[in-house]
Amino acid sequence: MADTPVFEFSPAEIQEIQRHVAKYPESRSAVMPALWLAQEKFGWLSPEAMQLVATTLDLPYSHVYGVASFYTMYFKEKVPKHLIEVCTCFTCSVTGGPEMLDYVKEKIGADAKGIGKDGKIWCRAAECLGACDTAPVAQITNRRYVHNLTEEAVDELIERLNKDEEIPFSSIPLKNQANFES
Amino acid sequence: MGDWRTYQKNLLPDIPNFHKIEVYEKEGKGYQALRAVLTDPKWDRKTVVNEVKDANIRGRGGAGFNAGLKWSFMPPKQEGLPRYLACNGDESEPGTCKDRRLFEYNPHTIIEGAIIACYAMEMDAAYIYIRGEYADWIDIMQNALDEAYAKGYAGKNIMGSGVDIGVYLHKGAGAYICGEETSLMESLEGKRPYPRSKPPFPAQVGLWGKPTTINNVETLGHVPYVIRNGSEWYKSIGAANQPGPMLYGISGHVNRPGVYEFPSGMLITDLIYTVAGGIKGGKKLKAVVPGGSSVPVLTAEMIEGITMDADSLRTRGTLLGTAGMCVLDETTDMVKFLLRVSKFYDHESCGQCTPCREGTGWLVKILKKIDSGQGTMRDLDMLISLCDNMEGKTVCALADAAAWPVRNTLTRFRSEFEAKVKQSTFAMAR
Ligand SMILES: Cc1cc2nc3c(=O)[nH]c(=O)nc-3n(C[C@H](O)[C@H](O)[C@H](O)COP(=O)(O)O)c2cc1C
Ligand code: SF4
Ligand code: FES
Repeated sequence: MADTPVFEFSPAEIQEIQRHVAKYPESRSAVMPALWLAQEKFGWLSPEAMQLVATTLDLPYSHVYGVASFYTMYFKEKVPKHLIEVCTCFTCSVTGGPEMLDYVKEKIGADAKGIGKDGKIWCRAAECLGACDTAPVAQITNRRYVHNLTEEAVDELIERLNKDEEIPFSSIPLKNQANFES
Repeated sequence: MGDWRTYQKNLLPDIPNFHKIEVYEKEGKGYQALRAVLTDPKWDRKTVVNEVKDANIRGRGGAGFNAGLKWSFMPPKQEGLPRYLACNGDESEPGTCKDRRLFEYNPHTIIEGAIIACYAMEMDAAYIYIRGEYADWIDIMQNALDEAYAKGYAGKNIMGSGVDIGVYLHKGAGAYICGEETSLMESLEGKRPYPRSKPPFPAQVGLWGKPTTINNVETLGHVPYVIRNGSEWYKSIGAANQPGPMLYGISGHVNRPGVYEFPSGMLITDLIYTVAGGIKGGKKLKAVVPGGSSVPVLTAEMIEGITMDADSLRTRGTLLGTAGMCVLDETTDMVKFLLRVSKFYDHESCGQCTPCREGTGWLVKILKKIDSGQGTMRDLDMLISLCDNMEGKTVCALADAAAWPVRNTLTRFRSEFEAKVKQSTFAMAR
């Protein structure tokens, strides 16, 4: 039988949360970092995970839920391991973002919730990711950015995610401003 | 002032590894401004505030308020009552992509600027709030911060001056509204981030109920340059009414989109046609949104002779915002574009105020109807009347930010909307 997760923080994790608590004048303020930690540990924020955060910080469950439910990056439902969030906002909306999202959906065989056929990858539309100059852009599972998306880039990305390979950080170089002859 | 073509970059210099503290110190005179402020008797707190005020660093978060003037609104220090600086790195206004570059390429100028600000306003700590999506850049900032702490430039007894200032990072989790100053404070405090009604203003009742000033991270990043080089130097760069270096984020249908540092007040046409290499595919320009999705759009004709500073943009009824410029070519469907922008504000409304919660939803509904060819002329009037009922009637400015693009896109590209609505089928009375 599959492991049922034990809803506990390890001593090291408790220490990590305490480090956050120490940054603020009130321990309640550590709720977001604690939720981040819980999500990284359990993959999503189940009621049990949120209860654990509540107990750890001595907060009512309703408060923790009220915070978690406000933000899109906290997953309140069990989700597949990898997320492809394609920006379809503003600049991306006119540079191929929506088309790229459709392409991702088709490639992974997404259902109405964006969950792929084999349950390993899901996708959804993102609001502006703050990388409009490299539009269209996608974010992978709350971390890596993939800039200047093309169908080929999506193919490669999905292949990597299917193999659980890490997506490398890509630094966008500063433009060389010295020459404006054209 | 000099020509922008020969401008030497400050905030985003072409120096490898500038994000590392040794390079920042050696090649960028890094932390010398902080050292001067903390150890040179010439720089008492008031002098720092006055220098920054005189430089007229206009807030880079969107509203363009003089940073030093804002600093001077802090009440006199009360012994035993802590005070805080909130540094806004939420960068979520669509079209804006400059703060991320600063986190990556010049993180220390933000940290140094924040500590100088804390010193000037007698604050105990600075909280740098960064949107959760920027996980990788938060790591870069954390490394920079660890370096600064290790060198004794942050924390207790900074540079042996006896001054204690803590600097902390706070990671968001995906909510545009947290960029609004009071929502950011609620979020930092660990509450559901509903914006607060003002007054009281943050300088009186801010973070954890204590006197607080909030600045955009780029605004703070300008501060070390002003202290090192003086306000006269700063004012000699760019537009008189809005001086200093400017990070132009140019996106959309151009050949070379990017974030470019140049003096403020550049001609929009220079930015589009020379810096960004002109319109992609040789197409014609249709529209420019000069400073993030909420500012009024300009038609191609309107940009002629207009420069990127508040005074010049005002003559065309628009704003500088965040200087994140989106360039749209002749193929752009302005109705669809506006619909997507409206969906953003509908998605991001916190739902606290009825005009915003309901208004943003109705804007989307009506725009969808128009876009699908089912709209009527009356729907166009309805959009304007919805805007009338949203602007200036809510707790925070998100409702205004949602209404402005609708009002202005509809007014300035009316024929595109009219072309999509159903023609009246009633026969004219004879
Ligand atoms: C809905 C809304 C969203 C905002 N988002 C941001 C943001 O992401 N970053 C930012 O610096 N300012 C943002 N602002 C402006 C802030 O409220 C505040 O004016 C600014 O951080 C002050 O810094 P400055 O004076 O240095 O510009 C936003 C305002 C509103 C109304
Ligand atoms: S205007 Fe909108 S976003 Fe701002 S407080 Fe009201 S409902 Fe929330
Ligand atoms: S609009 Fe897609 S990153 Fe900004």
